[in-house]
Amino acid sequence: MEAIRTEKLTKRFKDVTAVDGLDLAVGEGELFALLGVNGAGKTTLIRMLCGLTRPTSGDAFLLGRSVVREPKAARAVLGVSPQETAVAPNLTARENLELLCGVHGFSRAAGRARAAEISQRLGLGEVERRRAGKLSGGWQRRLSIAMALVGAPKILFLDEPTLGLDVVARAALWDVIRALKGSVTVILTTHYLEEAEALADRVGVMKAGRLAALGTPEALKAQTGAERFEDAFVRLVREGC
Amino acid sequence: MKMLSFAGRNAKEILRDPLTSFFALGFPLALLWLLSAIQANVPVELFAVGRLAPGIAVFGLSFLTLFSATLLSKDRESAFLARLRTAPLTAADFIAGYLLPALPMALGQSALCFAAAVPLGLPVQPNLLLALVLQLPAAFLFLSLGLLCGSLLSVKQVGGVCGALLTNLAAWLSGIWFDLDLVGGWFRGAAEALPFFHAVELQRAAVAGQFARIPAHLFWVLGYGAALFALAVLAFRRRMR
Repeated sequence: MEAIRTEKLTKRFKDVTAVDGLDLAVGEGELFALLGVNGAGKTTLIRMLCGLTRPTSGDAFLLGRSVVREPKAARAVLGVSPQETAVAPNLTARENLELLCGVHGFSRAAGRARAAEISQRLGLGEVERRRAGKLSGGWQRRLSIAMALVGAPKILFLDEPTLGLDVVARAALWDVIRALKGSVTVILTTHYLEEAEALADRVGVMKAGRLAALGTPEALKAQTGAERFEDAFVRLVREGC
Repeated sequence: MKMLSFAGRNAKEILRDPLTSFFALGFPLALLWLLSAIQANVPVELFAVGRLAPGIAVFGLSFLTLFSATLLSKDRESAFLARLRTAPLTAADFIAGYLLPALPMALGQSALCFAAAVPLGLPVQPNLLLALVLQLPAAFLFLSLGLLCGSLLSVKQVGGVCGALLTNLAAWLSGIWFDLDLVGGWFRGAAEALPFFHAVELQRAAVAGQFARIPAHLFWVLGYGAALFALAVLAFRRRMR
């Protein structure tokens, strides 16, 4: 079954078309990487899929729920880890998780149990009593993903989840993301091409609001005749081949 | 439950910031003691505690405007609000969640101000309880202003508008530190057209037991509060689109 389907999805800001008639389908349990240079339309697309920005025209469906006509129902199946870590800095890591449980309607007792479960699953135990604002970038991003998982989403949006992290922290977060594969549909936006190649089942390359290429990393390399995925990406963006 | 979880988070964010204690409690109390000390050493009545304490109680509210506006603005800039918007919270949950936690803080701040004024000569009397109750409309006014500024301005702008401009407006155009008749003319007219003067006079009337003066000042405070709240809700909802 399709987790995400967009139909002629379009967003215009005055005279700029950020997303231009996009048709895309992502399967359930798939880890889909969305790539593109700055201004390609990735963030606008993600915001529309998350119900944060209303499309100008077209529609998108999350597990069959329209983001235009049934935004509440669509929101109920998604979780978001924004590019900015988006944690409450003066709350502890555990309190951040319990806050998300509360806003998702868990009772106090159920929220505590869920926060403990997520904390253990994401390996946050050693930092859960520390204030989120004092954590390192790697821990903050791990907490951010944990917060996105609190509501047991079927679709998870990870916007630049490893931005600015060192190699070790990035590898640790890759393990977290790999562990989600299969159980949750993950839409990953990243500027790190090796990250997309290592993690994604399929990659979509956006250019000027349109999907310039779509396929597995291997297929995109074969399509462009490039040996390295980075070269394939550059050719796709520059030449559109 | 969802709104209360969010409101609880906002209360923790404000109360755990060390600047809150300094500006919301320490600074107004220091002013109270300093000006009372000056009064004790001058032959004319400049800072009678019965007029000074209610004024400083209102002045303290301007810092709550700053804190609530900063919190909302930071939440917008850090994408924390975007994360929460994908959770099942309504616009009313957000607005109540930002406003409600600061109301008990305002009451606590005013109660401490009056308690600190008692050793300086403020009589302990039932009117102080009435003054605390009448501080709620003033708190609503200042917090609505915070919600408005937090919805429209960046964190840096909030610092300038709420931190510098508002605290000065609230200080100079309220008649806390000097009788407005000493300046008179347009200055007094401007002060009377703004709500800060009326919020202070409302408190002074309650503390002095001059009940006949209360309705007129209360009308101004409630009128400004309702108008600012309506503007804040409009601005917030517009931002959320």
